[in-house]
Amino acid sequence: MKKYRIHHTKQIIITLALLSAVTFCGCSSTDKGINGQVIVYNWGEYIDPETIRMFEEETGIKVIYDEFETNESMYPKVESGAVAYDIACPSDYMISRMIQNGMLSELDYSKMPNVKKNIGAQYFDQSKGFDPDNKYSIPYCWGTVGILYNKTMVDEPITRWEQLWDEKYADNILMQDSVRDAFMVAEKLNGFSMNTLDPDELAIAKNSLIEQKPLIQAYVVDQVRDKMIGGEAAIGVIYSGEAIYTQRENSNLVYVIPEEGTNVWIDSWVILKNAPNKENAEKFIDFMCREDIALLNFEYITYSTPNEAARELIEEEDIKNSEIAFPDLSQYDNLETYVYLGEEGDSLYNELWKEVKAY
Amino acid sequence: MTSKSKWLSAPYLFWSAVFIIIPLCMVFYYGLTDKTGAFTLDNILAITSAGHAKALRLALLLSFTSTIVCFLLAYPLAMILANMKVKRHNFIILIFILPMWMNFLLRTLAWQTLLEKNGVINHVLSFFHLPALQIINTPAAIILGMVYNFLPFMVLPLYNALAKIDPNVINAARDLGANHFYTFIRIILPLSIPGIISGITMVFIPALTTFVISSLLGGGKLLLIGDVIEQEFTRMSNWHLGSGLSMVLMIFIVINMILSAVFDKEGEGSML
Repeated sequence: MKKYRIHHTKQIIITLALLSAVTFCGCSSTDKGINGQVIVYNWGEYIDPETIRMFEEETGIKVIYDEFETNESMYPKVESGAVAYDIACPSDYMISRMIQNGMLSELDYSKMPNVKKNIGAQYFDQSKGFDPDNKYSIPYCWGTVGILYNKTMVDEPITRWEQLWDEKYADNILMQDSVRDAFMVAEKLNGFSMNTLDPDELAIAKNSLIEQKPLIQAYVVDQVRDKMIGGEAAIGVIYSGEAIYTQRENSNLVYVIPEEGTNVWIDSWVILKNAPNKENAEKFIDFMCREDIALLNFEYITYSTPNEAARELIEEEDIKNSEIAFPDLSQYDNLETYVYLGEEGDSLYNELWKEVKAY
Repeated sequence: MTSKSKWLSAPYLFWSAVFIIIPLCMVFYYGLTDKTGAFTLDNILAITSAGHAKALRLALLLSFTSTIVCFLLAYPLAMILANMKVKRHNFIILIFILPMWMNFLLRTLAWQTLLEKNGVINHVLSFFHLPALQIINTPAAIILGMVYNFLPFMVLPLYNALAKIDPNVINAARDLGANHFYTFIRIILPLSIPGIISGITMVFIPALTTFVISSLLGGGKLLLIGDVIEQEFTRMSNWHLGSGLSMVLMIFIVINMILSAVFDKEGEGSML
């Protein structure tokens, strides 16, 4: 799901710059490629910029590339239609929300030969949880949410979410500062589904989070990575895609999928309903599914790729068979994928999360 | 107003319409409607809910504290500056403004790196075998960030007000037998009130509404009202609630503006 390598700071500046650009350039015709343009809305630093340049060169289509930081900040911008995006890359539960609200356009696989050829069938099966007929989304990256710990700073291996409530590690724990991920941890701790809407279960999960709050060093999003590399905290909740990168920088870091179970997520390409450049969008997605391009992207962002042909091309054996990048999910229990909770469910979670944060 | 000066003000009018009036109207529109577009006051009354009220109280407390700290630091400095020779005080003012040439977010981010458990300050302290400084992710770190970032906004109006005091007024007071303390209380302080009010406004308002400082230096554990509003927009996709809460904050801004209008009739306490 989430590539937070870009800092808040940068994000805000970019957003402001884009906003002003939109305001001022709205009427002038933008510099289009010889074969038109395609407008892509993706997670921050979730692509190798080189692949965009290659696409432009090969197809003569100009790519206008825009970035978002969370699914929740992406949605209203797409919904309001302030910028007519062609392609977005939301996560599972956000895709089901967009399908329900009729914001996506059906895909024509015949125009994207690389997709079925290279993307593993099991990822399409997994996508059925949020896109039942695989009509709207093409997996781009996937991964798990787990615990990253510094083995020099803990007494025993960390294997369970429960250990994030251990007072030994007070002021040494980094939690995710996003509502679904924070609640997922507390729900799995208590043995609930991460998609529960049961008020009693949610109250218990909320109380667990409040109980944990004094032990937390900070609630962070993108900074888990840097803080863990710098040895600032012993334990952090992190996305598997960041784990490989952090281990390269600090070999004392270990990534585990907790025994209580966790979230398996997929970020997928979707074409928006009123995409002004639908044909170019298909070309773009097809290009991104080409094995050499997917490989470049994997090596750049280190998030697990569903592109089997690209995985075959990975030269380093330990990465190709990495338990972090390509875990065998069948050996874990209680893995779940987020589903869209509906508007009321969302605001219920948001309210409870605010109570935790303000406590 | 001549027709020429009307034309000259056109760019400003255009600017304020596009970037102030229209956005303000949009905030009011969102703040007073719900998702279906129907009129409601719920977004404004939401400030009374426990979480929001607590965030507002904490924001008021922290910004009030940092305003006081700024004032106590800035007043003596402004007095020293005002008594200096022009050449030297220009240099000191430059030193004060210099950090402002760097981006506000970067400066705050730098404080995070300085204050962290394994940060620069603690490395230096441990080198001298001194106890570690543990204020990151506490209210103290947020106040430090506010004071650091907003201190120049207190110094400059104070300096401006103090520099405008006619030295002959002070000399007259001394002539008539007032001692240093009495001159300060009866002459200098009252004459600098416009600067004080304007300084307080310029520190208190940004401190009250900040969300960057608290999220970077507070570790996301201390929720200020600014953080609540920011998250309504960026994370929770509820622009209506975010706008409603912003309107509540505007009340404090308006109160502040009224105060400065009352005390600073001639606009003496302006920045430079």
